[in-house]
Amino acid sequence: MEAEPGITKKVDEFLEIFKKGEEFTKELLRENEKLRFRIAQLEGAVQKPADEEKIRLYEERIRSLQEEINAVTERYRKVEEENKDFASKYVEVEEINNALANLYVASYQLHSTLDFDEVLRIIIEIVINLIGAEIFAILLIDEKTNDIVPVTAEGIPLESVPKARIGEGLIGSVAREGESYFAAEISRGGDVAKGEPIVCIPLKIKEHVIGTIAIFSLLTQKEGFTNVDYELFNLLAGHAATAIFSARLYTQSERKLTTIQSFLELLKEKPKR
Amino acid sequence: MPSILVVEDSPTMRQLISFAMKRIPNAKVIEATDGVDALKKLSSEKVDLILADINMPVMDGLKLVSLVKNNQSYKDIPVIIITTEGAREDRERALAIGANAYLAKPIQTQELIKLVTSLISV
Repeated sequence: MEAEPGITKKVDEFLEIFKKGEEFTKELLRENEKLRFRIAQLEGAVQKPADEEKIRLYEERIRSLQEEINAVTERYRKVEEENKDFASKYVEVEEINNALANLYVASYQLHSTLDFDEVLRIIIEIVINLIGAEIFAILLIDEKTNDIVPVTAEGIPLESVPKARIGEGLIGSVAREGESYFAAEISRGGDVAKGEPIVCIPLKIKEHVIGTIAIFSLLTQKEGFTNVDYELFNLLAGHAATAIFSARLYTQSERKLTTIQSFLELLKEKPKR
Repeated sequence: MPSILVVEDSPTMRQLISFAMKRIPNAKVIEATDGVDALKKLSSEKVDLILADINMPVMDGLKLVSLVKNNQSYKDIPVIIITTEGAREDRERALAIGANAYLAKPIQTQELIKLVTSLISV
């Protein structure tokens, strides 16, 4: 059976339309693809400046952080320097504190008694324990004869310390001038018999010298003098002198008082007889 | 509170050492004038460390160290000898009978505080 010519024509037309539709669809797909690509391109273009901005901000932040780190490092260095400075100052203050403690104790002990022998014992203790002397003597001026007479000695018998005279020899010169003497070489020690000490300190009440402390040798472990030692020598020069002077006066007045009291007792007793 | 017994016949040195020891935080200082006095104080008070001179009347420092180190109750108490005797043999003798440390006079206060602190672990 033959197809009708009308139907065939319609089929052809339909096919034609279908093909055109297919081509149109393909065209649309291509166009769609192109648009997608373009959109992607545009999106990329929009994203890029945003990233660059972020990077710029990050770099700026890094720079500012680096500056902060540098500032903190510098501050840390300064604080460390200050810390070292404080540590050395602390050591200095500690040394001064200890020196003051030594001077306080020495001065406190010197003025803790009016007993002459006790005062001499305290001076000996200070010279041994705080200064580190081994052989030394305390000499006092006899105002009547001008002799400088040893009254106590440590490390040697008292009799072996020779008398001195004001202005004569090393001890005599110190007694006259009122200035301390320190030998240049202390390790070898002085000469007791010749009256040549390594250190001689005048015992002074203001400018009036009442005696001297003559050091002939130091303890083996004592290698030299420190600043505290010189301060102690100064303290001894003044405070030991006043302590000795006061104790002597007190002893004399006590003696006189006893004599007067005995005399009064005698006077009281007389009428009874 | 660490309790430190200072055994020294010289009032000057006793006062000076006590002065230094009072700078250790919370330290309590007990003073004795010789070895016998020190033993009396040991029997009546808790002592964490002894600082003793050698040359003292009645009983010297070495005898005291010997008695302390041979006593079960006191043998663990650290003893520091502080003396004018600076010779090596004196030091060795003191350490041989049990002294924990030996300082020759004149003493450096900081050195003494450091030593005491290390021995009583303040």
